[in-house]
Amino acid sequence: MPKNFSLNSNNDKAESSETVLSIEHLYKSFGANKVLVDFNLDLVRGENVVVLGKSGSGKSVLIKCIISLLNPDSGSIRMFGSNIPDIKNDVLDKIRAKVGFLFQSNALYDSMTVRENLEFPLRRHWISVTQRQVNAMVQEALEEVGLAHTIDSMPAELSGGMRKRIALARTLILKPEIILYDEPTTGLDPITAKEIINLMIEIRERYTTTSLIISHDMNCVRMASSRVVMLIDGSCYASGSFDQLANNADPKVKQFFE
Amino acid sequence: MYKLPYKMIASYLPSLNIFLKEAGEIARFTGRFFTQWFKPRYEIAELLRQCFVIGYRSLPLVGLTAFILGLVLTIQLRPSMEDYGVASQLPAIVGIAIIREIGPVIVALIFAGKIGSSIGAELGSMKVTEQIDAMEVSGTNPFKYLVVTRVLAATLMLPVLVLLGDAVSLYGSWLGVNIRGNTSFYLFWTQVFNSITFSDVLPAFIKSYFFGFAVGVVGCYKGFNSNKGTEGVGRSANSAVVVSSVMIFLIDLLAVQVTDVLGLN
Repeated sequence: MPKNFSLNSNNDKAESSETVLSIEHLYKSFGANKVLVDFNLDLVRGENVVVLGKSGSGKSVLIKCIISLLNPDSGSIRMFGSNIPDIKNDVLDKIRAKVGFLFQSNALYDSMTVRENLEFPLRRHWISVTQRQVNAMVQEALEEVGLAHTIDSMPAELSGGMRKRIALARTLILKPEIILYDEPTTGLDPITAKEIINLMIEIRERYTTTSLIISHDMNCVRMASSRVVMLIDGSCYASGSFDQLANNADPKVKQFFE
Repeated sequence: MYKLPYKMIASYLPSLNIFLKEAGEIARFTGRFFTQWFKPRYEIAELLRQCFVIGYRSLPLVGLTAFILGLVLTIQLRPSMEDYGVASQLPAIVGIAIIREIGPVIVALIFAGKIGSSIGAELGSMKVTEQIDAMEVSGTNPFKYLVVTRVLAATLMLPVLVLLGDAVSLYGSWLGVNIRGNTSFYLFWTQVFNSITFSDVLPAFIKSYFFGFAVGVVGCYKGFNSNKGTEGVGRSANSAVVVSSVMIFLIDLLAVQVTDVLGLN
């Protein structure tokens, strides 16, 4: 039976700082397969929390529940004063405008140019925005990721790393307070992966965003995390800084760092 | 005494179960369309874009196939008509056949092949690459944006394509008549219009809406419920064509019964 234990003082920090995301007693299963079992997590403003777990352990299910792409079986997910599973679509859309989501597959719209990809969330969330404002924001977001020259390209014309950066620019364009990253370095070569991680760190420092990163890339975990949460057997098995967990003797924790 | 082939019947039960389940899912998907299409926010710009993509871009293919259809049908019919000594009635016979039945069904089948597969593949690809999820996160109802617009565009555009296809097909027929005869353009069209009545045109026109709706719904359903990666996308495109083609014939069968009951045949 896995035991939940905390290995660092971040929980003390959570008590003193503003909690922007609070997950309590979250359960999610697909038929007989129990994916999340009494999962609990608090995210403090400005934190970069990495959820580490094996493939198929339910990491992606967790962030899809947070953004309400999946409905949990039970439990609460509190964000911006609302319990996500209980709210209506119009309130959910307002919350989603404050939460960025970087998809594992980038999820760029194939039939749209880079400009249209970036304009899409702006047009949908901020209906009254003018074309001049849209152009300025698209330009700013692309410059942020160093790809202003690709504005009229189609996603298929770009490399994997460039597509990831464009997806990040699309996530940034609404100036989100929380960014959810689903395996941001999967499928990238080590150099490009490092560039993406550095970009994520830069974004957090510049915009003081809070990030929840799903990953099993240890390089990403080490570089990007201010706290690591280990998702084992559907629940939060351990939590602490990278170094604390790396030096832990628990065999289930140790296997990730060997 | 005759014994029922229980084993044979039992072997068909799983397939029947899958068929009924699929039919139920498509019915539920259609119900969702009817509950969503009139609710704001209206995706007018996307609807117009889809009308352009689905309608205008199908014109060359529909025009070409309709032209060949009219031409071939006329050439094939001529010998039999001559045997019975009614070759002069060729424009009337071809006109009725094309307007009542062959035009709508053939254009709908071409439409299912082109648009049904394209919708199935496009939405299937969007589903497996998480683009539909990304749309939802961007404050967009993907069902309204992707499904409602495509189904409406297919429903509105197919009757227009059928009308244009009928016209092009009859033009092909006129050329076919003139390969071995000499009939003026005016005489040909006069004979066609004299032979057709309101009850020939209206049922054919109305059933075209149902054909278009079926192609749109089935294509969107298959794409929207695609899974198993790129293999699933191919399967979605393929089954969108197969199922919508079968639906076209079923609707046609139903339409002929309804027009018969209403005395329009």
